[in-house]
Amino acid sequence: MRLERRANVPWTLAAAAPLAAIAAALALAAGLILAAGVNPLTAYVEMLRGALGSRLSVTEMLTRAVPLMLTGLAAAVAFRARLWNIGGEGQFYVGALAVAWVGHSMISGLPPVLGIAVLMVVGMVAGALLLAGPAFLRLRFGVDEVVTTLLLNFVVILFVGLMIEGPLRDPLAFGWPQSVPVDGDFRLPDLIPRTRLHIGLPIALAVAGVVWLILARTVFGTEARAAGFNARAAEFAGVSLPRTIMAVALLSGGLAGLAGAIEVMGVTGGVTTTMSPGFGYAGIVVAMLAALHPAGVVAAAVFVATVFVGADAMSRATGVPSFIADVIVALALLTMLVALLFTSYRVRR
Amino acid sequence: MIEALDLLWNASLWAAVLRIATPLIFGVLGALLCERAGVLNLGIEGIMTMGAMVGWLSVFLGSDLWTGLLIAAAAGALMGLLHAMLTVPLGLSQHVSGLGITLFASALAYCLYRLIVEVGESPPTIEPFHPLELPVLSDIPFLGPVLFGQAAPTYLALIAVAVMAYVLNRTPLGLAIRMTGENPHAVEAQGLDPTWIRIGCVMVGSALRPGGDRAAQRAGDGDGLRHRRAGGHDGAAQPGLSRGRIRLLPRGPQGQGDRPGRGLRRPGAGRGAARLGLTCPAADARMRSRRARFTLTPRAKPRRGRGRRPRRGRTTWR
Repeated sequence: MRLERRANVPWTLAAAAPLAAIAAALALAAGLILAAGVNPLTAYVEMLRGALGSRLSVTEMLTRAVPLMLTGLAAAVAFRARLWNIGGEGQFYVGALAVAWVGHSMISGLPPVLGIAVLMVVGMVAGALLLAGPAFLRLRFGVDEVVTTLLLNFVVILFVGLMIEGPLRDPLAFGWPQSVPVDGDFRLPDLIPRTRLHIGLPIALAVAGVVWLILARTVFGTEARAAGFNARAAEFAGVSLPRTIMAVALLSGGLAGLAGAIEVMGVTGGVTTTMSPGFGYAGIVVAMLAALHPAGVVAAAVFVATVFVGADAMSRATGVPSFIADVIVALALLTMLVALLFTSYRVRR
Repeated sequence: MIEALDLLWNASLWAAVLRIATPLIFGVLGALLCERAGVLNLGIEGIMTMGAMVGWLSVFLGSDLWTGLLIAAAAGALMGLLHAMLTVPLGLSQHVSGLGITLFASALAYCLYRLIVEVGESPPTIEPFHPLELPVLSDIPFLGPVLFGQAAPTYLALIAVAVMAYVLNRTPLGLAIRMTGENPHAVEAQGLDPTWIRIGCVMVGSALRPGGDRAAQRAGDGDGLRHRRAGGHDGAAQPGLSRGRIRLLPRGPQGQGDRPGRGLRRPGAGRGAARLGLTCPAADARMRSRRARFTLTPRAKPRRGRGRRPRRGRTTWR
């Protein structure tokens, strides 16, 4: 048995790969649900009902999907150019913290629309700057960005802890470790009244469209993809690798920072060290499930959010531990990796 | 200030340092072995959590401590096998697969823990390893209680360091492992199969880690599995991993391998490292002479079939 690269990938196959991967992941996780003594079908029906069964649950699921879309885009952009940005979690927190810091009192008086725009830029800049460091170290000294970005996550979360215990502590939080909240004028308005769903959703969708345009229709996007496919060939073709990689890093970090900014402005108001249930890491899963395509990221984010929100309901209804959500998502990542192999290679005997 | 200095002279401080370092020693050794064989293993955190959970659980359910340690190591090896299968024969991205292993193994560990252990008021506990004072040696002032009053896993960790150093630097097997990391094609030309060397290394490396975490838990408080227990260890094991990597930087002209993304930084890498003082010409020369001293023993008979035949299709070694 050997593998042979496919000359071109039929779109049906490319579309079937994530579906097959998700099906395989659900089938594998069914074993664990069986071990818990629950019928997997009942459990999955409960999961769907918990995520999509009512107006409230759908909006809750979409609220959860918004940061996942943005961190997924961040990972997809970086991975396309073979920049292994594992630091989405850290960039998310830095963006969130910067927005809380600036948005609390520094820009009060601005009209709300302008203020929100400013805060989003602030979050993006913070995230981009955080990834610029590792990108620079890699380009200049060949330091592996996987290690630096991964470790920066821990540094940033501890830094956030320091800030919300110290200078940015919310005096009105009754000792609860929380940062000062963003000024009420600059909170994102609700999309649907009396739910948590905010206008971050259309913003994230628009961002996905813009990222798709950038990657597919601009010179920079082509250069970034070329750098990922074959760096040496790209260099021979005249692509400036350092400049391209740095630009990709700024874009990727900015997207992850934006995710943190929108989460603070839309949902939490202030920063806590537990505000992200692993959005940065889940973003990597989302990006892989989407085969690094911006449009796929939106769909994959909805899937992952469905699993996360639905698992809580399933856990309450059937007694299967809600950690099953993490198992399903992680399995989907691994099966998707294998599925990607079979879309780009065919097996020959 | 004076009190702080006094603390440094306190033998129990250093004993605690060594005790807490035990899982890190195992973790770093495991990471180092994988890295030397050319496989980046980001699954550390997950494998450690998994090993801690499985080992703890087996003791909780009635096996003895050493069996628990072995079971934990076996669970780690299983996760290592999964990672190795995905990355070596299938050639999938080592970064993404490693992250997937981390997410999967830790989620599975928490899930199993919730399934098997009733969640009560306080987490259930097991009886940990007791300190094992070596006769005579533990009577040495200061050094005695620090080095020779530890629990058994700590001794095991220190011995493992020596064994690993010896195997990697002084045996044909170690040479083959390091060679697989640096130039898999050369290994293949020697008649060895880099695929199996890598798979073996990742499995052994992954088996070491949970072994380590178990050790800490036993030697330490020995209470129930606390969530996020391996969190700090991961963060600490990564620098160890990167240190292994820095030592790999000054590879000869053919160095750096042809892993994806690595070729990108080839032009600047060497010079930058030299400027940082990371390269060491003397060490390079030493390595070269040592390489000359040890030769790989080729197989007696050229293997039929897969082994020697030039590979077709995907032969890019990562």
